[in-house]
Amino acid sequence: MEPCKVLLVDDEEEFVSTLAERLRLRDIVAEVALNGEQALKAVEERPPHVVVLDVLLPGMGGLEVLRRIRDSHPQVQVILLTGRGSDEEARKGMALGAVDYLVKPVHLEELIAKIRKASPCQARETL
Amino acid sequence: MPIDQIEVLLAMSLVRAIGGWVRNLTRELRDFTDYTDSPRRYKRLRRNMILMGVVGTTLPLIFLGYFNYHQFQRAMKAELVQPLRILVNRTKHSFELFLTERLSALSFIASAYSWEELADEKGLHRIFQVMKKELGGFVDIGLINGRGVQVNYVGPYDLKGKDYSDQAWFQEVKVRGRYVSEVFMGYRKFPHFVIAVERQTDHGEWWVLRATVDTEKFNNLIASMGLTQTTDAFVVNRQGVLQTPSKYYGKVMEQCPFVLPPPSQVPMVVETEDAFGREVLLGYTYSDFPGFILMVVQPRAEMLGAWFTLRNELFVLFAGSLGVIYLVLYRVTGLLVRRIQESDLRREAAHREMQYTSKLASIGRLAAGVAHEINNPMAIIAEKAGLMRDLLEKDPEFIHREKFLALTSSILQSVDRVKNITHRLLGFARRMDVQFELLSLNEVVQEVLTFLEKEAFHRSIHLELDLAPDLPQIYSDKGQLQQVFLNILNNAFEAVPDGGRVSVRTWKEGAEWVAVAVEDNGKGMSEEVMRHIFEPFFTTKKGYGTGLGLSITYGIVTRLGGKIQVKSKEGVGTTFTVILPLIAPQKEGSRDGAM
Repeated sequence: MEPCKVLLVDDEEEFVSTLAERLRLRDIVAEVALNGEQALKAVEERPPHVVVLDVLLPGMGGLEVLRRIRDSHPQVQVILLTGRGSDEEARKGMALGAVDYLVKPVHLEELIAKIRKASPCQARETL
Repeated sequence: MPIDQIEVLLAMSLVRAIGGWVRNLTRELRDFTDYTDSPRRYKRLRRNMILMGVVGTTLPLIFLGYFNYHQFQRAMKAELVQPLRILVNRTKHSFELFLTERLSALSFIASAYSWEELADEKGLHRIFQVMKKELGGFVDIGLINGRGVQVNYVGPYDLKGKDYSDQAWFQEVKVRGRYVSEVFMGYRKFPHFVIAVERQTDHGEWWVLRATVDTEKFNNLIASMGLTQTTDAFVVNRQGVLQTPSKYYGKVMEQCPFVLPPPSQVPMVVETEDAFGREVLLGYTYSDFPGFILMVVQPRAEMLGAWFTLRNELFVLFAGSLGVIYLVLYRVTGLLVRRIQESDLRREAAHREMQYTSKLASIGRLAAGVAHEINNPMAIIAEKAGLMRDLLEKDPEFIHREKFLALTSSILQSVDRVKNITHRLLGFARRMDVQFELLSLNEVVQEVLTFLEKEAFHRSIHLELDLAPDLPQIYSDKGQLQQVFLNILNNAFEAVPDGGRVSVRTWKEGAEWVAVAVEDNGKGMSEEVMRHIFEPFFTTKKGYGTGLGLSITYGIVTRLGGKIQVKSKEGVGTTFTVILPLIAPQKEGSRDGAM
């Protein structure tokens, strides 16, 4: 089984780059996109197993990105990141084909568990 | 009449003064809408309304009463005085008639008989007998020659030869031709008066016929007036000496105690006081010839008895109407002002509740915003610290490894704490939204208690929890229930002293209900306080309570289909019990907040 390829999409660069680095320490191939356009481009060029997608993105909204990824790459699984109290968004995202959702702030172990559940790739939960 | 003019002037100036005052009052009433809640304002409002009512009703009534009173008085007096006047007039005529009759008789005799016939003693005696028989009242008769010597006399005394030439009346009869004396006692020792006429013989020698009349007849005249027991009638001369005896004011020839009234030929009635200080009506008339004054004295009280009765009735009517008016005014204004006060209070309550809800809503929005903003940097901190820990775990050679591991886990713990806080803030914000969901009442209670744990710890309050483990989930609004238990628990914490005890118990109440009881061993409440605790703006927390907590709590519990009960004893403690249905009834518009 090849190692998990994950695309992290969030406009908070410090957060998302640190998260990516921590995933890489666990042998997960993690890439970062700061907005919807970057994310779509990255999916187009190097399709990952799983996209971890923030719902609240500047410019093109997270749900729109989700819809497009589901259209063009139905094999790519999407896990949504939502803020607390935006259950409505999460429900919509699930209806659009997201495989799961996480409420921020996330625990790394929980995120990795959800990634493994979403796609049959290899990922370690511990170092 | 000048009295009427004065009355009109008085009324006009009064009306003007009152007009100004009423304008002030109405201005005050109009400006009343200014918003302050001092009870003194309502008292003043009521006082002003009563004053206006009193003035508006009393003044016309007083005017009416005053004019009526005087009108009645005038009419009554005229009616009472008139008979007295007629009586006086009639009696005066009787007196005059009596005197004129006697004088005419004497005059007739003097003309019908010659000097010689009258000088004859037998003849005069015969004439005198006829006079006494036919007319009555004559005491004696005498004939006096021009030199004033009584030449002939018939009567009980021996007066023949008496010389009258130096007496005043003798001179007067010579000038006027006739004379009527005043009453006097003389040497006859009983009241009598003298009448005399003058004649001349054919030879031009003049003579006088003189007769004495007993005043006994006067008493008959007065008796025939038909006077009441207390009425007195008498005759006085122009010097005020009684000519007839009076019942109260003296005997014949004594001085009458009344000041002589101004002369009047027509009968007059005046009000005056007699010698005994009684108020009396004095009817009188002057008779020109002979000069006497007839007086009739009637006590005023008796005369005006009917008037006094009427006056008293008028007064009772007046006082009665005023009483009724004042009572009605008092009641009506009381009712009115109470209504105004109640409506003011209601308006104020609505206003404050609105303010309170909108304040809560803004706080909710603010809290949500802050929570979101804090969440993002906290996520970064958490990830950075997580990465540090990852790196440390990969590098067992690092000298400060243990120390740094402790530091990062401390950072992560703090992040967790902040997460808890933002969680609660968001929960508070969400409370504004009515959201029905399946929830565990035990969890709600525990969540609320997390807000109070710190206070419980600092004040060493014993928190006792007895939560039923098999409590069924209920379908209700979590946010609103949080508010309910927060309010009740807050009150419990305020009621207990440091080191006190607050216990929370949940249980299943029958098949359809669950219940939560919050019990404290605080200061408790009196019956009086308990009656009011659910009323808006009732507060025992002077200065800092809004008085809204329990009324909102009550409103929420009722909207969620539940019941709230309170048991309390002063000095022992208080128990609030909230009973909730398993499924809360959902209604449109049951939202509490504006979010």
